[in-house]
Amino acid sequence: MIHFALLISRQGKVRLTKWYTPYPQKQRSKVIKEVSTLILARGPKLCNFVDWQGCRVVYKRYASLYFCMCIDPADNELETLQIIHHFVEILDRYFGNVCELDLIFNFHKAYFILDEILIAGELQESNKKAVLRLVTAQDSLVEAAKEEASSLSKIIAQATK
Amino acid sequence: MASAPPAPSPAAAPSLADTLFQRSLDDIVKSLRADPSAAGDSATVARALSEIHREIRAPDAATKAVALQKLTYISSLHFAPVASHQLAFPAIELLASPHLSHKRLAYLAASVSLHPASLSLLPLATHQLHKDLSPSASAAASHRHVSALALQLLASPAAAAAPDLAVHLANNLVPHLSRGSPRAIAAAARVIAASPSAAVPILFKPLAACLASPDPRASTAAAAAFCDLSASPADAAPFLPLAPDLYNLLTTSRSNWALIKVLKVFARLAPLESRLAARIVDPVCQLLTQSAAMSLTFECIRTVLTALPAHDAAVRLAIGKAKEFLAADDDPNLRYLGLLAVGMLGPAYASTVNDCRGVIAQSLGDADSNICREALHLMMGMVDDNNVMDIAGMLVSHAAKSDPEFANDILGAVLAACGRNVYELVADFDWYASLLADMARSLHCAQGDEIGRQLVDVGLRVHDVRPELVRSARTLLIDPALLGNHFLDPVLSAASWISGEYVDFIKDPVEVVEALLQPRTSLLPMSVRAVYILAVFKVITFCFSVYVERLDDSSKAVNALSDWLAVDQTVSAERKVAPGSGDEQVIGPSTVEKDPFSHESILYIVNLIQTTVSPLVECNEVEVQERAHNLIGFVHLVREIQELKERKVADDEKHSPVKELVKTMRTVFCQELGPVSDNAQQNVAPPDGLVLNENLVEFADILSEDDTTPSTLIFFCPHSRHSAETRDEPAVSMGSSSLSEHRKRHGLFYLPTGKAEDEPNDYPHANDPLPPASNETAIDDKLKTVEPVFPGKKSKSTKSRPKVVKLDGEDFLSSMMANVNIPKEDPLSGAVRGVFLGRDANPSSSQNVSGIMSEGMLNKMGTNESSCQWIENIDTDLGGHLTSSSRTSKHRNRDNEKGTDPPESNGKESRKHKSSSRSGHRQGKHKHR
Repeated sequence: MIHFALLISRQGKVRLTKWYTPYPQKQRSKVIKEVSTLILARGPKLCNFVDWQGCRVVYKRYASLYFCMCIDPADNELETLQIIHHFVEILDRYFGNVCELDLIFNFHKAYFILDEILIAGELQESNKKAVLRLVTAQDSLVEAAKEEASSLSKIIAQATK
Repeated sequence: MASAPPAPSPAAAPSLADTLFQRSLDDIVKSLRADPSAAGDSATVARALSEIHREIRAPDAATKAVALQKLTYISSLHFAPVASHQLAFPAIELLASPHLSHKRLAYLAASVSLHPASLSLLPLATHQLHKDLSPSASAAASHRHVSALALQLLASPAAAAAPDLAVHLANNLVPHLSRGSPRAIAAAARVIAASPSAAVPILFKPLAACLASPDPRASTAAAAAFCDLSASPADAAPFLPLAPDLYNLLTTSRSNWALIKVLKVFARLAPLESRLAARIVDPVCQLLTQSAAMSLTFECIRTVLTALPAHDAAVRLAIGKAKEFLAADDDPNLRYLGLLAVGMLGPAYASTVNDCRGVIAQSLGDADSNICREALHLMMGMVDDNNVMDIAGMLVSHAAKSDPEFANDILGAVLAACGRNVYELVADFDWYASLLADMARSLHCAQGDEIGRQLVDVGLRVHDVRPELVRSARTLLIDPALLGNHFLDPVLSAASWISGEYVDFIKDPVEVVEALLQPRTSLLPMSVRAVYILAVFKVITFCFSVYVERLDDSSKAVNALSDWLAVDQTVSAERKVAPGSGDEQVIGPSTVEKDPFSHESILYIVNLIQTTVSPLVECNEVEVQERAHNLIGFVHLVREIQELKERKVADDEKHSPVKELVKTMRTVFCQELGPVSDNAQQNVAPPDGLVLNENLVEFADILSEDDTTPSTLIFFCPHSRHSAETRDEPAVSMGSSSLSEHRKRHGLFYLPTGKAEDEPNDYPHANDPLPPASNETAIDDKLKTVEPVFPGKKSKSTKSRPKVVKLDGEDFLSSMMANVNIPKEDPLSGAVRGVFLGRDANPSSSQNVSGIMSEGMLNKMGTNESSCQWIENIDTDLGGHLTSSSRTSKHRNRDNEKGTDPPESNGKESRKHKSSSRSGHRQGKHKHR
């Protein structure tokens, strides 16, 4: 299974983290630091797998972002690589030519999409259209609810009562 | 840090202004991005956090939601450390909100923030999760999303680690499972893993039913769930009854994702049941040949190589595919996986691995360090006594071209492989001695410690290698370039020790003394200089003793001192007695001037020592200072004799005490040092009445840890060399009198002496565990001298393998470690078995269950009967079958047998037991050879 998913920029900034096995908060920062230095140091045209502390990190670079997933050594590296690609394709379709800024300003949406694809460290939905349909359906529900809930007058009414 | 939660004070209460002019997530992101300072503890983050802490306590859900979103952003992207409860509590508050948008953010915050440390908060959420999971009539569309969110949280690691939650919500999961929701399947797997005893009776059957679900999403998710549940710490045996459903999936599924998971589960199940392996081998081979997806192909290769090694045709097919991977020039991923696959091949296919040697050797030079490392690993796996010289030589020359880190990996691997099990693989030690020297001179060498250790160790153990070892040591010592490199200090220390210890093999002592005293030795650390000085001491003692002997002979001769030729002849005769060196010494008139034992050269050495060592007498390092003092003292003594000779006073009475002293000094250094087993001390029986462990019981853990780590140190024990017999009595008594006195007084701590002490191979007395009656066999067992190991290729090897002194117990620890096999009985497997047996978790013998179950299972496999029904059949079948043959009780019996009444057995008996089992091990090994 996947232990964690990590998105880091070429400058080593964290863009998204998702933990599928319990890591305490302190350890998370350490893990991120270690994995990002390990991966950013690797040149192009090398293989996409790195051994790290008894696990294997599968990573792939898309534009300026590194998508990393940490798996057990017994897991299938190529399958994980496909999962990463699957995630990137769905992000690309959802945002329409996704770029790093999309993920920075809509980090929660990236999470929602990731949650549709991966649950408990395993791939749940291999159909891209199904994922997109679910996420957009949720979005439209949320939008509808927002419009009725968050008008300015309502806030003032709530605050002054 | 500003993120510390402020106490609820009136000033910090959220105001209307906060609500009205709340900054959105976008604002926060923008301000953080505009902040030039490094992310982490900048003022911007601190300001944002203090703002959030105010807003998050607002009564208004919308304000709270935005604040929570901002906090999630800051925490999950690790801008600042946010205590998890700060995030978790408002998240749980907001779970109850009726709005989907709030719920979504709340669930996101909860899944990011909850982890086992914050489990205390989780019971607060139980009710809300319960509500969100249970079917409701209202707002059907949005409710589906809500329950999806709740399942998502339940599948997150923190919630899965909470056993209470699992107990409360297991029943809520069942309807979702029967719908075949992948999230519910993942959540159920997590819940089962968290608390098997509570969840398995409720969830296991619905989960197993999902395997046979017509919905490919459900069956894929179920395959993944069982793949996780059967992963390595858990016992895979209880999942054997699922084999029919998994088999169906294997033959019918078209989803590569599902097939990979199914193959993984089968890889774990196949070793447990041989008929299963025979059953799956055909479908797996079919997938292997037909699949276009590399991930599935690799999974098939892995399954075949790890779980189906007995099926030769399948293995050949898999090897063929692995070679295709290796040949993929444009894809480093495939090359790496190909190497991994070749590494999975068992020893039965060693020749196949050897076929790939060219490709693997090529991979050593790959740009990718992962591939290099894997290739090195494979190379080391290939090493045997036939090819060790080729491979090690090739690797050492490759190390010179590699980057420093990998070069040291190579050197370390070569050292470990050649040194394994007391140089088991090395047949030609002359070659190994020069290889060690080559490694030390290799460009990036940082393995000085191990090289130095092995140089000394080989010298101690292998008599025949000493001339070559001394030659290698000389080349190391005379190279001034090596002296500046601190990684090589241990090597130089070992080389100087070898030159001193085996001084009789040195061809030109003058040169060695010059090397040992060259000016650049000041670059060495003091501990190494001390060894150097002692080595000089040994060399000068040797030279001088030879010189004095000559003097002796020549004084007896008619033409006393002027006849050099006569002296040389006697010397050459004398030196021919010394082992190994006689042939190398070519004595002729031309070498007279260069003769290192002549008056001139001795004088030269003495002068050199006096000029270079004298300053060290004032060194503030005690070791160096003391040894320098000793050396200078001896040099003064030497001068006295020189002067005597100068005056040509042939006064034997005046001579003799000085000569005696010189001989005594020589005898002191003649005592041969032999290797001692690391655990020799353990074999010394404590005398009666000595209580060693009374008050130290509590340290047992720490001590045992230390004892089991094999020490890399070398211990020395004095051991009289057989040539010492020729020495005169008083010298020996002088040399060892203090030792024997010490021995008399502290006999308790010495190893017992046997009759055969003067024999050359009496090391094993150090750990003689047997009574003297069976001494002979004991020695045979313990002193394992490795004889030439190649049966079929004696004609090829020009010289036979020299004797390697090997002690009892050196590989004893490792064999013990291998034997320690703690039987595991994990709660999950027990609970799952319980379900299958229709009982509560009742650990029963897995062999038994699997044996009986597989009986029916394989019959069922052909017929496409649903497994649930089949499981129920088994329930009834086994109802009365299994009584009390539990594995644990069996094991206890075995334990009782093994620990033969511990209170009565004294130390001796247990040791006997140990040694007998050990000798059995040895014998087995011999047979193998």
